[in-house]
Amino acid sequence: MAVCVAVIAKENYPLYIRSAPTENELKFHYMVHTSLDVVDEKISAMGKALVDQRELYLGLLYPTEDYKVYGYVTNSKVKFVMVVDSSNTALRDNEIRSMFRKLHNSYTDVMCNPFYNPGDRIQSRAFDSMVTSMMIQVC
Amino acid sequence: MEGLTLSDAEQKYYSDLFSYCDIESTKKVAANGRVLELFRAAQLPNDVVLQIMELCGATRLGYFGRSQFYIALKLVAVAQSGFPLRVESINTVKDLPLPRFVASKNEQESRHAASYSSDSENQGSYSGVIPPPPGRGQVKKGSVSHDPVQPRTSADQQEPASPVVSPQQSPPTSPHTWRKHNRHPSGGNSERPLTGPGPFWSPFGEAQSGSSAGDAVWSGHSPPPPQENWVSFADTPPTSTLLTMHPASVQDQTTVRTVASATTANEIRRQSSSYDDPWKITDEQRQYYVNQFKTIQPDLNGFIPGSAAKEFFTKSKLPILELSHIWELSDFDKDGALTLDEFCAAFHLVVARKNGYDLPEKLPESLMPKLIDLEDSADVGDQPGEVGYSGSPAEAPPSKSPSMPSLNQTWPELNQSSEQWETFSERSSSSQTLTQFDSNIAPADPDTAIVHPVPIRMTPSKIHMQEMELKRTGSDHTNPTSPLLVKTSDLSEESKINSSVKFASGNTVADGYSSSDSFTSDPEQLGNNVTHQRSHSGTSPDNTAPPPPPPRPQPSHSRSSSLDMNRTFAVTTGQQQAGVVAHPPAVPPRPQPSQAPGPVVHRPVDADGLITHTSTSPQQIPEQPNFADFSQFEVFAASNVNEEQEDEAEKHAEVLPVEKASDPASSLRVAKTDSKIEEKTAASAPANVSKGTTPLAPPPKPVRRRLKSEDELRPEVDEHTQKTGVLAAVLASQPSIPRSVGKDKKAIQASIRRNKETNTVLARLNSELQQQLKDVLEERISLEVQLEQLRPFSHL
Repeated sequence: MAVCVAVIAKENYPLYIRSAPTENELKFHYMVHTSLDVVDEKISAMGKALVDQRELYLGLLYPTEDYKVYGYVTNSKVKFVMVVDSSNTALRDNEIRSMFRKLHNSYTDVMCNPFYNPGDRIQSRAFDSMVTSMMIQVC
Repeated sequence: MEGLTLSDAEQKYYSDLFSYCDIESTKKVAANGRVLELFRAAQLPNDVVLQIMELCGATRLGYFGRSQFYIALKLVAVAQSGFPLRVESINTVKDLPLPRFVASKNEQESRHAASYSSDSENQGSYSGVIPPPPGRGQVKKGSVSHDPVQPRTSADQQEPASPVVSPQQSPPTSPHTWRKHNRHPSGGNSERPLTGPGPFWSPFGEAQSGSSAGDAVWSGHSPPPPQENWVSFADTPPTSTLLTMHPASVQDQTTVRTVASATTANEIRRQSSSYDDPWKITDEQRQYYVNQFKTIQPDLNGFIPGSAAKEFFTKSKLPILELSHIWELSDFDKDGALTLDEFCAAFHLVVARKNGYDLPEKLPESLMPKLIDLEDSADVGDQPGEVGYSGSPAEAPPSKSPSMPSLNQTWPELNQSSEQWETFSERSSSSQTLTQFDSNIAPADPDTAIVHPVPIRMTPSKIHMQEMELKRTGSDHTNPTSPLLVKTSDLSEESKINSSVKFASGNTVADGYSSSDSFTSDPEQLGNNVTHQRSHSGTSPDNTAPPPPPPRPQPSHSRSSSLDMNRTFAVTTGQQQAGVVAHPPAVPPRPQPSQAPGPVVHRPVDADGLITHTSTSPQQIPEQPNFADFSQFEVFAASNVNEEQEDEAEKHAEVLPVEKASDPASSLRVAKTDSKIEEKTAASAPANVSKGTTPLAPPPKPVRRRLKSEDELRPEVDEHTQKTGVLAAVLASQPSIPRSVGKDKKAIQASIRRNKETNTVLARLNSELQQQLKDVLEERISLEVQLEQLRPFSHL
């Protein structure tokens, strides 16, 4: 159950960011922005090996007292960042992985749309609905 | 209550509303009942409604009098306009739009009974009189005849006026709201059209943004005579409305779509009421779509790539966002390409969008690509979703939820069916990943690791030799299949080789062939053997190949081991060719053609003398009868001594445990020249003694007898009867032989000596060569081991 979901482009600008309306969105934006450094760090650490061996799921990037931030990077260096409420202890790693997988699939569907120019903000309704479903899950 | 000044329009509007609410015509409207419904339809929060009621004084009175009602209506308008509810605002707010009331379904149905037929006058205005999407009934344009149910004649009378008035006062925004309604098919009612008047359409270009699904607010003028307008939503067939709509839309469109929409309009017009399937594609439409598809992709079973589709649909001048959404809906299999069905769905969505229909949140079932197997289930699955969605258009998000689950439910099976469907259809797009399983897997290379050994047939026949050579060269160049063949042939040849080896060992010098006994499919060994055989074959047909032997005038010499020596040297030369032997041995005298059979005889002889491997020895035994036969022939052809020798050989062949026969052989093996003559003589002697059928002259007999006594001392196996033959030849030249023969005997003896010398030399040579061969083989084995040890490292 994500509190905030963000899709960051290769150049580290957001393609899509959406937060649960309960909190101050700016705070989530800031968290996502700071997590990018951690993502880059993890990527570079595994960069020695071949890309094939590098796993897409990065795992827990860093935890805060209230939230945990998970990361996922695709082979095209598009990053998915998800902020999860720490109170949801029942959320296991597999669930996070499945959520990222769904994100990735939806993202590829967006990419398949010829009317979508890579680098544009993601405005796909299907993507939105998918993210909504992810964010509303626990609620 | 302060005075309420109403404009004419308001006056009329309110009066209509009042009459509507005043069912009982008591000039007093109760708080509940239709008033509440009306206020609810105003889409105001409940507290606002209560406030209104309080303000107008109804709460005091407990009912709505006409004035209170009018005040309430005014307050509703104020509230809807966003102004604070104040009693003063009733009169202060100028140009207040008429209160807008959203007609719920129930209301519509109730009003339906009181429908009126004044729409003909409201061609312009009724364009806005569009029921909210949930309602099935829609206000038709003039062409539509409403149910002439008129609850009240008064209402009818008022009706024509008010609707006419209302649009005049409608603020500019109302057309937009109305327009929104028009463009708000929201799936369910889209077929029922939006009977917007033509002029209203032109101002609103296709740049209409996606309308708010939930905005079902009525423009002020839309429900002028509320009950009538609402009621006017008759369930008349939408065909006429479509008819009116589409011609209007045709006016707008200048793209190719205009033609399409015109045809579609006509088609839809002809279509009977298809309430349940507003998104259905008519035949003409479909044909048009197919033609358009062909312009892009001639193959109807092929794909339109995403880029081409993008260009095509961009021509419709719809905003990219909407086109993107259309694509999301229509690209069923999410492959980035459009099939014919997908293209038709997209086209239809574009047409609908241009005509003002709002895009659905999910693909309508009629636009789903027809799935071969799951069409029924898909239809069933989508139907409830569609209905559910159309049920509550005003609330977009909630409508999504009921439709979404149904979509989700049907999606998996649809996905599966799409995959199945794709398998049925022929796909030409490379981007199609679902049908990857159709791709052919490259056939595995069967011989990736096969190193075809050289096929060798160790048969002495020349033909086989040539075949082997051919195979060898062929296998070097051919591929996979050849090693298999080669292998099988090798297997067969190996057996032959083994047998031939044995035979060869019996026939020729041992060393090379002895090694071949431990035969594997090793190409080198085979090669050696091939070379052996090659040389062998080369020698046998080509008698002139070897260097000229020392002069051997005597035929006996030809029959002697010299012939074998030729073979031996041929073998050794073959070995040299294989890189095993370094120095060529002295070439023995070449056997004469007449002595051709002789070599056969002498092979075993040489083999006996030179072969030290016991493995070959037992094989020589069966061969002995061969040259025993030859020896028999030779007996007649050769001299007496030879015959005797042959007889001896034959006898020795027959009687194995003849000591004398073995002795000369063993002595020869030992390479002792001293005892050769004696051995030969001894061999010959016992042979003569044992055999009484020898046609030899008596004179040799005593000699043999002498030798026999000597030979008796030496036990030996008769496998060396070959040598005995040689010995016999040598014995012929022995001085013990009665010299009654004369010069011939002397010559023979001389030749015998020479032969013996050559024999010894050759024997030594043979042994040396054998040793060398062994050494080389050992080296080779060690090298191979090293190579194998190195190989694993190279594969890291």
